[in-house]
Amino acid sequence: MAKYHITAEINGDEVEYLCEPEQTLLDVLRDELNFTGTKEGCGSGDCGACTVMMNGRHVCSCLVMGAEASGAKIETIEGMADGDNLHTLQEKFIEHAALQCGICTPGILVASKALLERNPDPTETEVRYWLAGNLCRCTGYDKIIRAVMDAASEMRGN
Amino acid sequence: MSIAEADRPEGKEFKQIGKRIKRPDGVDKVTGRARYGADLNLSGMLHGATLRSPHAHAKLISIDTSKAEALTGVKAVVTRDDFVEQPDEMAAAGELPVNYMHVVRNVMAREKVLYDGHPVAAVAATSMTIARKALKLIEVEYEVLPHVIEPDEAMKEDAPILDETLFTEGVEPKPTKPSNVSKIVKIKKGDIEAGFAAADVIVERTYHTKPVHQGYIEPQACVASYSEDGSGELWVTTQGPFMYRSFTARLCGMEVSKLKVTPSEMGGGFGGKNNVYGEPVAMVLSRKSNRPVKMVMSRGEVFRATGPTSGGHMTVKLGATKDGRITAGQADLAFQAGAFPGAPIGPATMTAFACYDLENVLATGYDVISNRPKVAAYRAPGAQVIAFAVESAMDELAKKLEIEPIDLRMQNAAKEGTKAAYGPVFGPIGMEETLQAIKDHPNYNVPLGPNQGRGVASGFWFNIGGETSVTMNLNEDGTVALLVGNPDIGGSRASMSMMAAEELGIEAEDVRVSIADTGSLGFNFLSAGSRTTFAVGKTTINAAREVIKEMKARAAKIWDIPEDAVVWENGHARPASTNAGDFEPLSIVEIAKKASTTGGPISGHIQTNVTGAGPSLATEAVDVEVDPETGQVKILRVTVAQDAGKAIHPSYVEGQFQGAAAQGIGWALNEEYIYDENGRLDNPNFLDYRIPVASDLPMIDTVIVEVPNPNHPYGVRGIGETSIVPVMAAVNNAIENAIGIRMSDLPMSPPKVLKAIDEAK
Repeated sequence: MAKYHITAEINGDEVEYLCEPEQTLLDVLRDELNFTGTKEGCGSGDCGACTVMMNGRHVCSCLVMGAEASGAKIETIEGMADGDNLHTLQEKFIEHAALQCGICTPGILVASKALLERNPDPTETEVRYWLAGNLCRCTGYDKIIRAVMDAASEMRGN
Repeated sequence: MSIAEADRPEGKEFKQIGKRIKRPDGVDKVTGRARYGADLNLSGMLHGATLRSPHAHAKLISIDTSKAEALTGVKAVVTRDDFVEQPDEMAAAGELPVNYMHVVRNVMAREKVLYDGHPVAAVAATSMTIARKALKLIEVEYEVLPHVIEPDEAMKEDAPILDETLFTEGVEPKPTKPSNVSKIVKIKKGDIEAGFAAADVIVERTYHTKPVHQGYIEPQACVASYSEDGSGELWVTTQGPFMYRSFTARLCGMEVSKLKVTPSEMGGGFGGKNNVYGEPVAMVLSRKSNRPVKMVMSRGEVFRATGPTSGGHMTVKLGATKDGRITAGQADLAFQAGAFPGAPIGPATMTAFACYDLENVLATGYDVISNRPKVAAYRAPGAQVIAFAVESAMDELAKKLEIEPIDLRMQNAAKEGTKAAYGPVFGPIGMEETLQAIKDHPNYNVPLGPNQGRGVASGFWFNIGGETSVTMNLNEDGTVALLVGNPDIGGSRASMSMMAAEELGIEAEDVRVSIADTGSLGFNFLSAGSRTTFAVGKTTINAAREVIKEMKARAAKIWDIPEDAVVWENGHARPASTNAGDFEPLSIVEIAKKASTTGGPISGHIQTNVTGAGPSLATEAVDVEVDPETGQVKILRVTVAQDAGKAIHPSYVEGQFQGAAAQGIGWALNEEYIYDENGRLDNPNFLDYRIPVASDLPMIDTVIVEVPNPNHPYGVRGIGETSIVPVMAAVNNAIENAIGIRMSDLPMSPPKVLKAIDEAK
């Protein structure tokens, strides 16, 4: 079968890949490019574990076809830290024990970063609704919400 | 309550225990570096896919795989013919034992398919696309049979029989007709008739719960690699690598020594990753294709063919005197086992009244098979289901007696010295302390508004110990490598490093904990039953004590004094007194550096069957607001008080309480398996099977109660499960408090609550 030849920018690097028409962006990231930090929890856009940034918007990469990413700017969890420096959200998730098993964590971090870029001072309710598309089965969300609020506060310079 | 236990006679304060250190696997998990079940790719690896039954109940007449095998890129196809028959033999598998005869039939259907999603064949191909195409080319001839989904139906005389060789166990005389009731168990104490005769007030009601899924976000995933030399390796997300080794080796006809299982990071389990599903299939595909094979379940497969926990049909009756003394408790419960026997009726009957000090108890459990996936353990299996009924009944009783619900529970609470109906006499337990903690909590006194209600409930879970092996190696620079065999579910590497550091007198970050593969350590039971922090922790402490003993011996050798003249304090060997000699203390680093000249490497290894687990009790209060227009229940406040014995890492103890509470809220309000008239699962996805999302919940307040377990050096009990037990009843009691109507059927979803409100008008 014919594969598509795609060029995209991933975490600041130009990347070329071949993908089958059936493959999602998530399949491409994980199976073709070995960006396994992005997780598959459902494959139907219901759990948010595969959340990545695409052209500045957070998307479920299981709902984007691999071929659709042609020319796109993709950011994954692997690109979130700056060298040795973890992003404030990453630091706060560890500090607040906001992860247990950790499988939802990459998606929740990417989604949270997208929130804080848009709204640096969210209320608890705004954080809860923004993250309503990211399922976590371990934590009951309490410590996740606290970590995001605390990160927002610190990033505002408090 | 003070922390005093025999192993710490000097009453010295903890230096590590109780701190909130950063978990050692934290950075890997926030950067995407941590590797889970589906994250391994091997050279030449194939992709496996499973063909599943679309029927709830059918005879498997024939399976023709020839067209699939002929497809380019397909390297192996397996069916029932690739698995040898297994004997009628029980095997331990966490809280729910299983039978090899059933395990092999659940992994790949043999005579019949017994539920929608039952595996019928599997393929391995060079790409997932080809594997999926191959599945469509497999021709299966079924003879569809009448099916039965609900246990009430499955127990009827004329119900379709799933297994003609199954006769009810636990009835005399032995039945001559096969039945879907595999077993009846009874827990008895005192004289139930006399107990009810002595009651002034009796409440009795029938309750239903639906099967719910553990709902871990990471689907089952593994990579199996079978070598031409007859050995195999399995990389897998599992709660028990040693259990997966025994099951996979057995089903694949391998010697245990020939199979190495390496546990990946695990993306949630909650009891659902105690049992094998695709792992033996992947191994047989690998053997057939001579290539590594990755098998990853889709979410639909997870819902249709793994988990869930039992739904229950229960009748509970309580009797009490006017002044609130409970005279009798009776429970009849029928649980769905799914397609094969093994519902958690044992734990359910044992825990039914375990929160209370009762003279007269009778609990009868029925294990009922029907055309659903075989149930798996789920966080305090069985206890949560029966607690929904018993703790709702307690609330009804309190109302009838006009006694405050916490006071009624306090008056009847089990305590140290209470003889439980299921046998043991309790040591120190925290039932009264958790009740008091909730009563004292500010949340319990917040005024309620219109349509708002408050409910309270308690719960019990045994906790377990079990087979444990731990190795501690002192590295040449004085740091410590700790090897444990239990996958880290919710921060156990952090708590192990803290307990090791506490003993050794060093910092937790100087202890690096690794989860062993099955070739590197002796047998370890599952990470289940809330055993890990208790049992592996206790074994870790004992391994550290072995290392300390050896380090003292090395210091004695260096100083040329008797070993018993050396003591270990704050990470240093010191002479016991000035009489022993005048030597500068030797640090762990100095002893490690000199190890090669004082006798070689220093390590401690303990293998044991840990006993002495302490039951953990919890009491929880939930506030709700019911929308009378829609029947929607909003959770306003949740307060969890659970007895941890001793919290090693308080943040992760709180995290377990909070996570369990959230799962219980989902169970109470939304989650259920829905089958259509053909016995097909109607909601095998996270859109239609709705687990709580962030906007459904408030912050979840916690109180860590600490009544030390005398059988752990620091007082630890297990804490992973109990907090889910009271939730559904607490929500139910809150709804009753809000609208004056007592629900008895889970989930208490908007249509059901609205119907109840409309009917009461």
